[in-house]
Amino acid sequence: MTEKKDMGKILRQFGLLFVVLIIIVVMSFLSPVFMTQKNIINILRQISMNGILAVGMTFVILTGGIDLSVGSVVGITGVICGSFLERGMAWPLVCLIALVMALLCGFINGYLISYVGFQPFIATLSTMTIGRGFALAYSNGKPYMIKDPSFLVFGQGYTPLFHIPVPVVLLVLVCILGLVILNTTSFGRYVYAIGGNKNAAKLSGVRTQRIEMMVYIISSICACVVGMILAARISSGQPTAGESYEMDAIAATAIGGTSMSGGIGSLTGTVLGFVIIGLLSNSMNLMNINSFYQQIVKGLLIIVAVFLDMRTKGSKN
Amino acid sequence: MEGEKYVLEATGISKSFSGVTVLDGAELSIKPGELHALMGENGAGKSTLMKVVMGIYTRDAGRVFLDGQEVEFKSAREALDAGISMIHQELSPIPEMTVAENVFLGREQKLIKGLPFVDKKELNRRTEELLKEYSLSEFIRPNMKMKDLNIAQTQMMEIIKAVSYNSKVIIMDEPTSSLSEKETEILFGIIDNLKKKKVGIIYISHRMEEVFELADRVSILRDGKFIGCVKVAEASREQLINMMVGRDLEGGYPQNTATKGEVVLEIKNFTRHGVFEGVNLKVRAGEILGMAGLVGAGRSEVMRALVGYDPLDSGEVYLDGKQISIKHPQDAIRHHIIIASEDRKALGLVLCRSIKENIALQNFDQFSTAGFIQKLQEKRSCEEYAKKMATKMNGIADEAGSLSGGNQQKVVLAKCLLSHPKVLIMDEPTRGIDVGAKASIYRNMVELANQGMAIIMISSEMPELIGMSDRIMVMSGGRITGELEGQEAKSQQTILKLALGGQ
Repeated sequence: MTEKKDMGKILRQFGLLFVVLIIIVVMSFLSPVFMTQKNIINILRQISMNGILAVGMTFVILTGGIDLSVGSVVGITGVICGSFLERGMAWPLVCLIALVMALLCGFINGYLISYVGFQPFIATLSTMTIGRGFALAYSNGKPYMIKDPSFLVFGQGYTPLFHIPVPVVLLVLVCILGLVILNTTSFGRYVYAIGGNKNAAKLSGVRTQRIEMMVYIISSICACVVGMILAARISSGQPTAGESYEMDAIAATAIGGTSMSGGIGSLTGTVLGFVIIGLLSNSMNLMNINSFYQQIVKGLLIIVAVFLDMRTKGSKN
Repeated sequence: MEGEKYVLEATGISKSFSGVTVLDGAELSIKPGELHALMGENGAGKSTLMKVVMGIYTRDAGRVFLDGQEVEFKSAREALDAGISMIHQELSPIPEMTVAENVFLGREQKLIKGLPFVDKKELNRRTEELLKEYSLSEFIRPNMKMKDLNIAQTQMMEIIKAVSYNSKVIIMDEPTSSLSEKETEILFGIIDNLKKKKVGIIYISHRMEEVFELADRVSILRDGKFIGCVKVAEASREQLINMMVGRDLEGGYPQNTATKGEVVLEIKNFTRHGVFEGVNLKVRAGEILGMAGLVGAGRSEVMRALVGYDPLDSGEVYLDGKQISIKHPQDAIRHHIIIASEDRKALGLVLCRSIKENIALQNFDQFSTAGFIQKLQEKRSCEEYAKKMATKMNGIADEAGSLSGGNQQKVVLAKCLLSHPKVLIMDEPTRGIDVGAKASIYRNMVELANQGMAIIMISSEMPELIGMSDRIMVMSGGRITGELEGQEAKSQQTILKLALGGQ
């Protein structure tokens, strides 16, 4: 029985990998541009922001929660970084302020959910709305220009070696960190246990409230990093930046096979999830497919992925 | 008795769940206007028998007659339409709807036939009539929201609902368990009224006083078997208890030969208002302390509060003579006070994760440094303990949910033992487990006691309690009602009397 189960798991992961390969093979035939170095770098840069958000989101969803507020945290980070940089503050200090702010956002989410007992959807829906309103009120609805070249490196810079975009480097770092935390620490096990059975976890001595608090903070920190990348990339802190980013992050997690009720899933799945989303949208751009249709395809992709997931799980029993 | 017609009759009812026989030739017969009490120990099959009659469970054998006609209900709805209704222990009204809407749920009077507009006035009028008839109209109004009623009123409304179906038979499962004395009186008034209307009532209860006050006849079940039916007027308390318990005790329990050491754990004045009050108990090294009581006596609640899972209003815990503070299960685990919960699904295991992850969950202190898991050591420890418990598995990577109940229980115990308990609390350790697995758990318990562990066992199975315990504490209604040791502890009658709140 276990062998079959493991086979199902492997099949699933390979299934996603297979999808990635198919897209690559098909697109190399269809488009001469696709396999060029420039386009590959382009794809990686495009997925970097969603990828970082999706890593944080995976932690949250594995506990059985959801974080809708990440898009707003991206926006707040942008206007905060923009406003302080405009006043001439040194960029490391600005980043620190942004990170502290993100910590606070995650803390509020975590507090509302694990200590007060709000449903994650409602709590983060509220903080999402408040956060966006705060970004707009703080900036009076206007963008801040960002000129500090050191800060702009976050979005526009390249590594001296191999000439890799900085956002991609950040993505890789976040993914590695996420994988290490989730797979090799007791904290990671607690995340799974809470999603699988919160009461049993508590009776086994897991500080469920603290752990839940932590995952929302992780998610907010990830959103803060994305906020900095985005602000640096477009050289401005926009209060509306990051709107609906949470949806793509949730989509990547779902496509990657993480159960929305928690307890089951993996970060490798999520990585494949956001790679597939990125590849598809790049491919459709290259094929000149109308962006309206792109949305339809993305939605269908989620349905198909989750359906196949249900099927492989169903066949186990 | 002959000549009189039965409104409901069930004969030779048998039922088993996945190989475990729950009912074996049970029978029951109710006359119109009779209150027929159904008694038996926990797990004797009372509720199952009722559910079979109601068509909630299908029966393996036996026949059910309503007004002399053989019937076979496929659902509770069918039984309800035919005139049998059941008031469950756990009530399930729709809190946001009004009293009247709840009573007539699913058969609302429509303003215009065929259109989905409800005639609220008519619903309220008919509900009002019913309330008046049972003299409830001073407490309850038809347009009150269900959530604004207290438990007693909710229960009254369930009865009113049953009456509104013109039920010929009403089954009440421990109706007074959550009622105050005054509310109980009101309920008894309603019951009198029903009897006058020739409604037959099946009354499941553990309370002797009530049975002697209300019932015309009593039927007794034991281990799913029909023991007998007696007229209350001709029966004595002792006779009923003897029938419930039976005289033959099962043998075959291993003897705990451990020498009893010092008191390891002592709790003083444990109180959680409304749940348990002033509970004191001690347990020694090498001792197996049994906790007896009926379902709802508060045994599990005390233990869950002890380990910091449930809140506690007041009380002190002493471990090896020193006072300790436990605010969260983590504290209990650090002090090596470990609980194996009665409810494996809800509290014992994370079913969607592997055996390894479950065993490791509360023991990362032993194989992690700075939060990083030493995977090899984790695997070795978990494997060792899973094997020690003789868990049937392909490997520790198996999903815990894929195991049988007995094997899940072994995983729970493996997890607990890996925490090296000083005090091991086993809440219903053998519930839903087959005989073989039971025997191996008993052997483990004795072995652990011999190693100097203090064991507290909550059990609702009398023979198990008597066979395994060195000493038995009995709880009833949230209080300790007795402590039995030695020969005294070997009497089921005494335990049951204390558990029923006697003396």
